[in-house]
Amino acid sequence: MAAVTTDEVAARGARVPRARFAVRQLRFWLTDYRRTWRGSIYSSLLNPLLYLGAMGLGLGKLVDAHGTARLGGVSYLVFLAPGLLAAAGMQTGVGESTYPVFASVKWTKTYLAASASPLRPADVLRGHLLFVTLRLTMNCGIFIAVAAALGAVDSGWIVAALPVAVLTGLAFAAPIEAWAVTRTRDTSFAVIFRFGMIPMFLFSGVFFPITQLPAWIRPVAYLTPLWHGVALCRALSLGTATPGGALVHVGYLALWAAAGMAAGHRTYLRRLYA
Amino acid sequence: MKRFGSFIAVDGIDFEVSGGEAFGFLGPNGAGKSSTMRMIGCVSPPSAGELSILGLDPVADGPAIRARLGVVPQEDTLDLELTVRENLLIYGRYFGLSREVIRDRTARLLDFVQLTDRAGDQVEPLSGGMKRRLTIARSLINEPDILLLDEPTTGLDPQARHAVWDRLFRLKQQGVTLVLTTHYMDEAEQLCDRLVVMDRGKIAAEGSPRELIERYSTPEVLELRFDPGQHELAADKLTGVPAERTEVLADRILLYVIDGDLTLAAVRALGVEPLTSLVRRSTLEDVFLRLTGRRLED
Repeated sequence: MAAVTTDEVAARGARVPRARFAVRQLRFWLTDYRRTWRGSIYSSLLNPLLYLGAMGLGLGKLVDAHGTARLGGVSYLVFLAPGLLAAAGMQTGVGESTYPVFASVKWTKTYLAASASPLRPADVLRGHLLFVTLRLTMNCGIFIAVAAALGAVDSGWIVAALPVAVLTGLAFAAPIEAWAVTRTRDTSFAVIFRFGMIPMFLFSGVFFPITQLPAWIRPVAYLTPLWHGVALCRALSLGTATPGGALVHVGYLALWAAAGMAAGHRTYLRRLYA
Repeated sequence: MKRFGSFIAVDGIDFEVSGGEAFGFLGPNGAGKSSTMRMIGCVSPPSAGELSILGLDPVADGPAIRARLGVVPQEDTLDLELTVRENLLIYGRYFGLSREVIRDRTARLLDFVQLTDRAGDQVEPLSGGMKRRLTIARSLINEPDILLLDEPTTGLDPQARHAVWDRLFRLKQQGVTLVLTTHYMDEAEQLCDRLVVMDRGKIAAEGSPRELIERYSTPEVLELRFDPGQHELAADKLTGVPAERTEVLADRILLYVIDGDLTLAAVRALGVEPLTSLVRRSTLEDVFLRLTGRRLED
């Protein structure tokens, strides 16, 4: 046998910190992403261009003509941008936690390859979520840049909304990963898209304040993680955020992410170590 | 022991593998071989019983044990979108190896599995045999003490199988401990110093291929074929022929004897004329048939 590295010796002692194992799985995703980043950049750019263009600039002209008092006195475009930013977090989070997870256990089986190495199921989960966090940061960052270029940004405070949009994405990605790894067929993902993501996208305050909804249905909107993401992203970029409100929103989103992580530790263990 | 709900996949098996040995689990599909391999690979905790790998406990020390194992799973788990070289890089990184170490080993391993000229190619279009050889190269990136191979040549054409066997044989010569499962008796005979015959989650017999054949079979086997449907009838006529054992299969009759040619002469002396006859040496297939009453590759 050739000389072993210190890291290999450490692995043999089984005392490698968990974080380092998760980073190894993150590196796998980064290597993998080098193949596919071009295609994903196009959709990261197109998504804000299409929605801000059609809704913000097109529909926005009509909305602004009726007065913008209910939007907080800003143009519809400026009102819409932080809402779409949070929604971009959700879309990226859902996208990265459904088919990629399913493929890793059923199609390419790369999760199984990782499980045969020193990595534990928990490391596989955390490494993937680390990668999702990077993808969220990237996509939401691109979103802000495009929004600024289209004149949809009034103040630099929208940058403060970036971590909130990332957290919104994780509030979706963590629980969905926990569930996706248990799937034996990929048909259930369409249900998530159709009956989860699209209604939330339309009715969680992205396009209009939820005070416009009938009062009886508003509590449902308050329960969705997306509404909390939208509300805080918007409050931060329009400068209307309060510490108490921010704490509630962040806390609620973090709760979803943490619960998803906890569930994921169990489901990943059951799936990869059975 | 391994239980999935009420199904017992592996039921009280007892075996020991020494360093540098090539040890095999031979048995048909569903015998519990893969479940056993997953337990040894520390990705499946035993439901009951004791298991020690490299002197460590697979449940408590899984990462430490896996750091010293190489695993060739039954189904390839390569990243098809990446190149041959990138697959080795990613895998080496799982073991915490530096890029330099991985680069050196990659060059050596690709040479070993004869894939050097495909190093920069994507994995997807490679042939089944090439993917298998790449999986073997990948399993060696951490210079493992034990190499676990689950059905290493299932699904490969004969030429590709021989290429894989050749590489595995070389590893054995280099002193790597091989633990493999197979339902091919020729694979077990070629590669294993010692093996256990598994059936329905239990060990039916243990020994070297030669020992098992000597213990459970005769030196030679006379295979006789008759018209379809005539085998039972022919077997009745053959009761007078001295054979240690007779097996009547759907498509032929097997006579277990010391000398096949002498027996064939005795068969003809009785006036029985088979469509075809074949005298061959006993194999592990015969051992399996004797032990379980069934054939391996059914």
